[in-house]
Amino acid sequence: MTPLVEVNDVVRHFDVSRPLLQRLLAAEGRRTLKAVDGLSFAIPRGTTLSLVGESGCGKSTVARLVVGLYGLTGGEIRFDGRPLDEMRRDPSQRRRMQMIFQDPYASLNPRWRVRDIVAEPLRAFGLVKDRTEEARRVDELLTQVGLSPQDGEKFPHEFSGGQRQRISIARALSSNPDFLVCDEPTSALDVSVQAQILNLMKRLQRDLGLTYLFISHNLAVVRQMSDMVGVMYLGRLVEIAPAETLFSAPRHPYTRALLEAIPDLAMTGRQRIPVGGEVPSPITPPSGCAFHPRCPIAMPRCRAERPLPHVAEHGLVACHAVEEHAA
Amino acid sequence: MPLLDVENLRVEFPTRRGVLTALDGVSFGIEAGEVLGIVGESGAGKSMTGAAIIGLLEPPGRIAGGRILFDGRRIDDLPYEEKRRLRGKEIGAIFQDPLTTLNPLYTVGRQLAETMTTHLPIGPGEARKRAVQWLDMVGIPSAAQRIDAYPHEFSGGMRQRVVIALALCAEPRLVVADEPTTALDVSIQAQVIALLKTIVRERGAAMMLVTHDMGVIAETADRVAVMYAGRIAEIGPVRDVVLHPSHPYTAGLMASIPPIDRRVEVLAQIEGSMPRLSAIPQGCAFHPRCARAFDRCRRERPELRAANGTAAACWLFEEGA
Repeated sequence: MTPLVEVNDVVRHFDVSRPLLQRLLAAEGRRTLKAVDGLSFAIPRGTTLSLVGESGCGKSTVARLVVGLYGLTGGEIRFDGRPLDEMRRDPSQRRRMQMIFQDPYASLNPRWRVRDIVAEPLRAFGLVKDRTEEARRVDELLTQVGLSPQDGEKFPHEFSGGQRQRISIARALSSNPDFLVCDEPTSALDVSVQAQILNLMKRLQRDLGLTYLFISHNLAVVRQMSDMVGVMYLGRLVEIAPAETLFSAPRHPYTRALLEAIPDLAMTGRQRIPVGGEVPSPITPPSGCAFHPRCPIAMPRCRAERPLPHVAEHGLVACHAVEEHAA
Repeated sequence: MPLLDVENLRVEFPTRRGVLTALDGVSFGIEAGEVLGIVGESGAGKSMTGAAIIGLLEPPGRIAGGRILFDGRRIDDLPYEEKRRLRGKEIGAIFQDPLTTLNPLYTVGRQLAETMTTHLPIGPGEARKRAVQWLDMVGIPSAAQRIDAYPHEFSGGMRQRVVIALALCAEPRLVVADEPTTALDVSIQAQVIALLKTIVRERGAAMMLVTHDMGVIAETADRVAVMYAGRIAEIGPVRDVVLHPSHPYTAGLMASIPPIDRRVEVLAQIEGSMPRLSAIPQGCAFHPRCARAFDRCRRERPELRAANGTAAACWLFEEGA
């Protein structure tokens, strides 16, 4: 069976040049931000692929590319075997993908009752015959995400952050999607509420056979949610592997550094060695491997030559040192 | 006697619909050289506690009861000018967003030097020299060159380092840090926490570290206070609170943190969410969400009592119960 979502060598650049006159005065050329620079992955049906990385690594851009909110600069995205733009022109296909955003305060219209927010996709896609059927479906959706049908009469401001995220999920589910793109769905929530939402998302995946693309900076959350995990750094995947492999035997030095940076809750007194430096500007990324200025095992080759992903155990790793060591 | 002593602190917000109580009966102390962590979820009152101590409560919020003693001297009722002097000299503050702390119109060197000449008996030349030393100490590369740079010329992680230098350069005896690493990426977060901890330890200063991140607390604090709905639910040595929590809320909070070392099928969760200030339940504020609540919890409010190694505000730990 083909994977539900295939992303092949996708590139997205943004023009961040200054206005023409200023460019001429300063005698500088155009500047391009390579937000996503050659990314490939596939998500099998009913599974979750997570993308992790620090701010500016391009993970949210990938989320928007996959649902078609941004156009591609290069490469190709296929959904259920068909090119994404072809599929998005057909409403009966477009309803099959939905997105959940990070900020549950900004992503719900404050002037609409919850009932109307959840019913909007039903109306837009013509999925219900009449008002009675619509009301029944909205009640069902609200119940499914752990709210009560009476909550439909309220406005978003009457809910806490976690409940608002439940409303976003109900809205996303209303068009009967197969695929949900979740961009940091719990990072704005408190930890006890985060657990509620993560449990809900897992249950819905099991019950409805959903496929998730899950974007997060929180590795512990990713471990709980994912089948496959991709680690991004400056617009590229440095490592992609099944979740268990990635967490038990991380290969790329950046993946290891990220795992190392997580505070130790078991209080074993382990001394952490934080990775030095910061993420460089994606407008002027370092030559060769973008991670080399911060990498503890960088070699001369890493400065000169961009590493390509190679197979390592069950996943792919883009690192010269790992490749040479394995060879 | 502790360096900072907070006794029965009560903070109120008058609103059109009546007075809201944001903090109620909050008491704790911090010894010199000690790091006290304050954790809680949004709306628990942790930042409010920090703001009350440094005298920066947002109006119309006001201290409506209790006392705050610094080195044995009462500071909550000081006039504005004296409070301001105390805040720069004796109490340093670090906030979440470094951009709001730094003045965008002045170079970082000037801001550091000005802070030092205001609060320490040194001249401008000496202050500039020390400013370079401070930038160097907080890990800013080529500090001597960067001292004349403006805040916007630094990256987020570097800016937070500048803020730390700024909060510490007048050599305060107490540092109040409110979510100092929340705006930073994990790899930078670890660097900044390590730095903060080292400098505070070396100088023998006390620190109050406000955060929602239990991991940060576990790594940094000596003792920790867990807040819920404007009160302290549990307070004690960090090992006891993190590894063997007594209060059902602390236990639930710890259990709901997703583990990094294994996958669990269903995460532990606390049903419901923190009550709003306008609707704090009677009795123990946590009782509607507590699996172990009984009759008394709904009627009477529990005070902090010795539990297993910590102090917990919970009727499960009533003497003789």
